Amino acid sequence: MQSMPLNALFAGGLIAYLAGAAAGLAGFRTPRRAGQGAFGLALAGALLEITAAAVTIGQGASVTWNLPFGVPLFSWAVRLNALSAFFNLTLGILAAAVSIYSFGYVRDMEGRRNVGVLGFFYNILLLSLTLVFTAANAFFFLVAWEVMAVSAYFLVSFEHEKAPTRRAGMVFLIMSHAGTGLLLFAFLILAKAGGSLDFASFHLLASKLPAWEQGAVFLLFFLGFGVKAGIIPIHVWLPAAHPVAPSNISGLMSGIVIKTGIYGMALVFFDFFDVPPVWAGMLVLGAGVLSALLGVLYALMEHDLKRLLAYHSIENIGIILIGFGAALVFRAVGYPKLAAIALVAGLYHTLNHAIFKCLLFLGAGSVLQATRTRNMEEMGGLIRRMPVTALCFLTGAVAISGLPPLNGFVSEWLTYQSLLAGFGSTQGLARVAFPIAGALLALTAALSAACFVKAFGISFLALPRSENAAQAREAALSMRVGMGILAAGCVALGLGATWFLPIFDPITGASMGVRVSPALANGWLLTAGTARGGTVSTLGIAAMLVLLAALPALFRLVWGRAGKRAAGPTWDCGLPGLTAENEYTATGFSKPIRMIFSALYRPRREIQAEYEVSPYYPTAIHFESEIEPTFEKHVYDPFQDWLLRMARRMRSVQAGSIHAYLAYIFAALIALLLFGVRG
Amino acid sequence: MTGTFLKVLAQFALLLILAPLVSGFIKLLKARLQMRRGPGLLQPYRDIHKLLQKGMVIPDTASWLFSATPYVVFLATLVAGLMVPMVAADTPAGQLGGALAVVYLLGLGRFFLALGGLDTGSSFGGLGSSREMTIAALAEPTLALAVFTVAIGAGSTTLSEMAKAAIGQQWRFLAPSQMLAFAALFLVLIAETGRIPVDNPATHLELTMIHEAMILEYSGPYLALIEWGASIKQLLLMTLLINVFWPFGLPAAWSPSGILAGLGWLMLKLVILSCGIVLVETSNAKMRLFRVPELMAVAFTLGALALVSTFLF
Repeated sequence: MQSMPLNALFAGGLIAYLAGAAAGLAGFRTPRRAGQGAFGLALAGALLEITAAAVTIGQGASVTWNLPFGVPLFSWAVRLNALSAFFNLTLGILAAAVSIYSFGYVRDMEGRRNVGVLGFFYNILLLSLTLVFTAANAFFFLVAWEVMAVSAYFLVSFEHEKAPTRRAGMVFLIMSHAGTGLLLFAFLILAKAGGSLDFASFHLLASKLPAWEQGAVFLLFFLGFGVKAGIIPIHVWLPAAHPVAPSNISGLMSGIVIKTGIYGMALVFFDFFDVPPVWAGMLVLGAGVLSALLGVLYALMEHDLKRLLAYHSIENIGIILIGFGAALVFRAVGYPKLAAIALVAGLYHTLNHAIFKCLLFLGAGSVLQATRTRNMEEMGGLIRRMPVTALCFLTGAVAISGLPPLNGFVSEWLTYQSLLAGFGSTQGLARVAFPIAGALLALTAALSAACFVKAFGISFLALPRSENAAQAREAALSMRVGMGILAAGCVALGLGATWFLPIFDPITGASMGVRVSPALANGWLLTAGTARGGTVSTLGIAAMLVLLAALPALFRLVWGRAGKRAAGPTWDCGLPGLTAENEYTATGFSKPIRMIFSALYRPRREIQAEYEVSPYYPTAIHFESEIEPTFEKHVYDPFQDWLLRMARRMRSVQAGSIHAYLAYIFAALIALLLFGVRG
Repeated sequence: MTGTFLKVLAQFALLLILAPLVSGFIKLLKARLQMRRGPGLLQPYRDIHKLLQKGMVIPDTASWLFSATPYVVFLATLVAGLMVPMVAADTPAGQLGGALAVVYLLGLGRFFLALGGLDTGSSFGGLGSSREMTIAALAEPTLALAVFTVAIGAGSTTLSEMAKAAIGQQWRFLAPSQMLAFAALFLVLIAETGRIPVDNPATHLELTMIHEAMILEYSGPYLALIEWGASIKQLLLMTLLINVFWPFGLPAAWSPSGILAGLGWLMLKLVILSCGIVLVETSNAKMRLFRVPELMAVAFTLGALALVSTFLF
């Protein structure tokens, strides 16, 4: 009986999403009202889902019930446990902020595109995401998973008149389905062993399989969910698809859609498996480090603002996986408490990344709308014209760079602490691997700070670099509110970290039997959870920073003389007037990194000077620079060639002759019969 | 409670007062080694005092971020200084954060400084920001590795715990892992404080300047805050190195007589470390920017060797 209101809240949210989708479709001919209806209902749905998730986390109990839309034979079971409630909470927060943002954002599309269609797929995406996080049956999960993939495909290809958008959507769809195929195999292996498709029967089942099947199931799940999460090297769809979608959708894609992969991994690693083998943990850790480092290195080379953010999603997925990998290793070597801390680090980073990445994409969307370009080299000076957007973007940039006192710092700190604990608790290779992973995480964090200095500095500061940037206008009120909510989230999750940590207790309690928040949070102090460990207090640091601000004021009061503050031109080396051409460009900013890591990038550049009199006095210079897309060139292109070659060879089998086909059928029948007799 | 408050105040006072002195000492020593008279020991104080009284010219291209930057840099450095043991292994507010918080607070300062450089619209600012962020990124993994090596030995990332562990084993700094970690951190110190051979703090030549290029447009009180912040950063990184690796004479807790002895020892050890820095600075030429990665690779290798040797020896 306890679950009645919860039941109603959850179902209410789903119904609101459905109604939103209907409103989007119904208002096909009146896009403005359709959009308002769709996003308004989505907002209502999001709020209901947030409440349902919060109640579940508060009660700490898991609830299962069947949704009453029946196809016979299959169970449409929905389960709201600690893990799904956490992911649903994250989804709800993003959905609410993005829905508010969208009211203003879609006004720009009016007359050019059909907002009703956008609203329809948007609601379907939210609905399917909610079901992905709560489905309690493998078949139902895959159905929701597919609906999610397809609605995301339609949203990515929303601006389908551009060729790159269509191509990106297609790559996304193909890779997504390849991933689903792997998941299907893995679920079938489990279903064969457990005799049921229900997740409840999968609980700890994978660890009871024979060793090689365990390995196969682990790898299939890791790759299948890894495609969605965007780990390197199966990431190529992500930097193509996320930037071309409308920006509110990009925020949702990078914020939560890729987290379905993380949810899947958490479900498999810590629920389906009891204790996975050590190599599995090391594999996840290695994939995490690789994705984090390469993700940020590729991000640094982008001057398309949204592609840059998309590469940072890969980086942050890597950081999350470092936490997961450490948790797996700790479980395998018998330290459940350390495992729980590492898992909390990964999950907290999941929440944090969802919030700040969505914020950054919404900020990029506002900029995009104001300047009509994604190219950072054509922005500049926006901090004066779009002060609120700039402040929100800056908050997100500080948070994603892992700087105190915002939320990115907290989860990175927890990740460091769990890596450090690894040294004392493991043997052999793992012992060195943990601190090295920590050092590479430090490199990642520092590079990411460099990248966001570039992203914010080039786009928002100094002089406008184009006519459009000079005439940019501040985003609409609802857009600012949407961004403001997420920016406030970054601050709250940073300063109030100790207050939020108990959210993870039911999750670690269910999978490892350890509740770590009492060990991690001590009043306003965040501790490492081990005996002497380290401590940090983001709130204390923030309070100190604010209090100490009185000090410089005091100095100026004592020694300074008031009122001598003049504005003057920037030093221009005596040349007449500083223009935007004198400014450092995004390409120039990342040049040192490009040279230092040239072994990875293999940069190519071409300079052509046109001249009339002498080559020393060029009239125009044409400069072109690009880096080699390593994975596309060395992995995907050969694979695609191989696939096409195989397909051509297979073509000779399909000759079009009915006799040949009959022969095939007969041969297949014989083979099956033989197989059946033998078995 | 009042005790803690007094300790916090004392630590702030120490950081604010000692930092310019160390900078002045290094400048003086360097001048003498180069057979120059050099500025007086107290010149940095005079500079700060004069700058605080001067007026400011703010570039007309700059936004509020340009004005916020000096405060963020100064305050973040000062808060980081609160977590470093100076005259006693106990830090007045060490629970606020440990080695990681110090590194990331300095990172916060650097983040804003680099944005301040870009905000002016001058190519120099961008040039400095780009180089500073690159070199910091290269130094960061070594810093983390060396800190981890020491933290593993001490079982904590809190700096006072690290110093206490060092006090417990006075001669531990002779262990291979500690010596390698010290060498790695020394190279990081040179890179992070912008000293030759990575950066030249005394130059305003376009081709070579890094830190100076970022702050080229700052003047008056803002410049004073940035310069002061830079010298505090230098002091706290030096102190960190000293108290974690050479803890002789460092009292474990604050006591009236103890801190005087601690202060004396700290000054002595600062003099020795400054001599080392000055020797390196005088006997080397500044490196080309693209040779710096090689130096940082050496530092990283030293850090990795330090880590491996912690469980070999």
